[in-house]
Order: sequence, then C-alpha cells, then structure tokens
Amino acid sequence: MTELDGNSLAGDLAEIFARDMTAARFTCGGCRHTGAVATLRVWTPAPGVVARCPRCGDVLLRLVHTGGSVLLTLGTTRLEVPR
Amino acid sequence: MVRAALPGRLSWQAATVSAVREETPSARTLILDIPDWSGHLPGQHLDLRLTAEDGYSAQRSYSIASDWPGDGPVEITIQRLDDGEVSPYLTDVVQAGDQIELRGPIGGWFVWRAAQPVPVLLVAGGSGIVPLMSMIRDRGRRRARQPFRLIYSVRTPQDACYADELRRRVRDDPGLDVHFVYTRKAPDGWPAPPKRIDVATLNSHGWPPDFAPDVFVCGPTAFVETAADILVALGHDPKKVRTERFGGK
Ligand SMILES: Cc1cc2nc3c(=O)[nH]c(=O)nc-3n(C[C@H](O)[C@H](O)[C@H](O)COP(=O)(O)OP(=O)(O)OC[C@H]3O[C@@H](n4cnc5c(N)ncnc54)[C@H](O)[C@@H]3O)c2cc1C
Ligand SMILES: [Zn+2]
Repeated sequence: MTELDGNSLAGDLAEIFARDMTAARFTCGGCRHTGAVATLRVWTPAPGVVARCPRCGDVLLRLVHTGGSVLLTLGTTRLEVPR
Repeated sequence: MVRAALPGRLSWQAATVSAVREETPSARTLILDIPDWSGHLPGQHLDLRLTAEDGYSAQRSYSIASDWPGDGPVEITIQRLDDGEVSPYLTDVVQAGDQIELRGPIGGWFVWRAAQPVPVLLVAGGSGIVPLMSMIRDRGRRRARQPFRLIYSVRTPQDACYADELRRRVRDDPGLDVHFVYTRKAPDGWPAPPKRIDVATLNSHGWPPDFAPDVFVCGPTAFVETAADILVALGHDPKKVRTERFGGK
C-alpha cells in the first residue's frame, strides 16, 4: 500500500464532478478539522482508494472502480457514477 | 467506451510520444503531442493509463514538467523504480511514435499562479522536482519578479534532473536561487558531507517565515513529511506549505 495525498484523487474526482476538487475544503465530521481535499491522507490501492482526515484519521472518502462505474462514498452516502 | 466529451468533463485521450530525452541514468522525459490540450498551470499533473492486451490496466499520475506558452508539446519526466510496474516501461520501453492514453490537466491546489506577488520556496526530493520545474520555467518565460528559491535533494550529482538548465537559469533568470542537498555522494569539493535535508538546510536556504512565502514541497511521501514538519516547526504557516506526495518511502 502506498501513502499519497488528495492530489492523487484529482483525476478521478474531476471525472465525476467535472471540475477540480483538490482545492475544495473538507470539514471532518469527527474532529471538525478543515483543509483542502489535496491534504487528505490517501491509501491506495486498498481495494480502491481510502482518504482519511490528516488530523484524526477518520475515513472521509472512498473511491472504488468497478467494471463500468466508480463508487464514491462520502461519509455514509454512496454515489455510483457510470464511467 | 466511446463517450461524447462533455464540456469540462475530463476524458481519456490518445497522445503520441513525439520524442524522448534522457535526463539522468534513471529518469527520462517523454515529449507528448496531445491533440486537444487545453493548456495547464505549473504544478498540475496528468494521469496515464496502460492497458495490456488481456484488458489489465494500470494507471499512474505524472506531473507536467513543461510550462505552457499557449501551445507546444507537453513534457513529463519519469523516474525509474526498478521494482515498479509502470515506470520501467515508460523509461525503458516507450519510444518516439508510440501512443499512450492520458487525461489532464489535473489538479488546482498544488499550482503556482504568477499573479501571486510573494516569494516562493520550492523543496524537491528526487522526482519531486518535476512540477516545481514547470513553475521555474513559467516564471522564467514570464520574467516574473517573485524571487524563487529551490532546495533540491538528490542522492548523487548524477541524479539531478534538468541540471544544465537549472545552471543556466541561475545565471540568466534574476531572482532564482538553487541549493542542492546530496544524500549519498556529494560532488568533489562540496563543503559538506552527504546528508538528508534538515532544519539547518531549510533555515539557511529557505525564506524566513516572516516573508510569508508560498511553499511547495514535492517528492516521496517520507521526504515531503519531513520537510513539511520542519518548515512548520520553523514557523511557516501550515496553510502556506503546499505538499504533493509521490508515494514510496
Ligand atoms: C500527483 C502525482 C504526481 C506524480 N508525478 C510523478 C512524476 O512527475 N515523475 C515520477 O517519476 N513519478 C511521479 N509520481 C509517482 C508515479 O505516479 C508512480 O507512483 C511512480 O512512477 C511509480 O510507479 P510504478 O508503477 O513504477 O511503481 P509501483 O509498481 O506502483 O511501485 C513499486 C514500489 O515502489 C514504491 N514507490 C511508489 N512510488 C514511489 C516513489 N515516488 N518513490 C519511491 N518509491 C515509490 C511502492 O511503494 C512500491 O514498493 C506522481 C504521483 C502522484 C500521486
Ligand atoms: Zn478529523
């Protein structure tokens, strides 16, 4: 497993949101820490990608590629986006 | 997987490798001819995808080394990891004329914007020089006035990418300083034994925190962590220290 940061999510997120998301700010639901998505700690390939709060380690986002779609989980909400 | 390109939506496209250039014994630049490149900001990257005949595919990110004067090729520089899956293919196998699949430009946070009127500190470990070089090239082309300092950590003098160009720019681009840190072997006559980047390096060759510089740190994960921790301990505002981790130890 390689440790990266939120910059490495930029391409996958831009495919979904049609804009850059690395400069977007997150607020961690666990510890209320805020920062740019680029500063999340990212573990890959986990299966898929897991992004955690750099302060408390809570999982904030998961991204999994399946055959024809990308599954994006933000907190408890899961989005399935066709590729 | 045919899909009409939606405006603003990032799609995979085919690019042609128009030439290759050896940078060091283990790093190579690919010069890419990308048909509909929209231009990029220094610090952005692209994603590259390799697909085998059996459908297995591997995807990796590579920073853009070139700046963007409005047209021209896009360059990436790849450092070979001997046990790597993708990088040895890009450094040893790919040739001029080959096609590769990519998407980009990507990223909007780890970028230098020439309109930002403050000094800049660039801290590179190994291949982390690549996006920082795009910033240095952009600054040079614009004749931008923000003073830049680059601290570039390499194992040995032979491992420095863009060495000749950096030497030339230190001579010709006013306000650009470059300081090398050698971790395994220093050049003959170098005043210090090989060492890793430390508090003294960042203190003497960086900007004082009161100058509130924009700081960009890039390289292997452990290098980025060490450098960013030292910078914050020296008093730099964590919000002004932008980092990009390339993975690895
Ligand atoms: C946003 C972004 C931009 C990047 N830009 C560049 C670039 O401009 N040039 C470049 O050469 N690379 C860059 N990388 C790293 C690149 O994406 C690949 O991870 C790298 O080429 C290794 O891929 P591989 O398939 O050869 O190795 P893998 O098969 O993925 O890994 C082989 C082994 O090397 C380790 N490893 C992975 N990455 C590194 C590393 N960077 N340093 C040391 N060990 C490592 C792994 O943990 C593993 O043990 C970038 C990464 C990111 C996230
Ligand atoms: Zn948190």
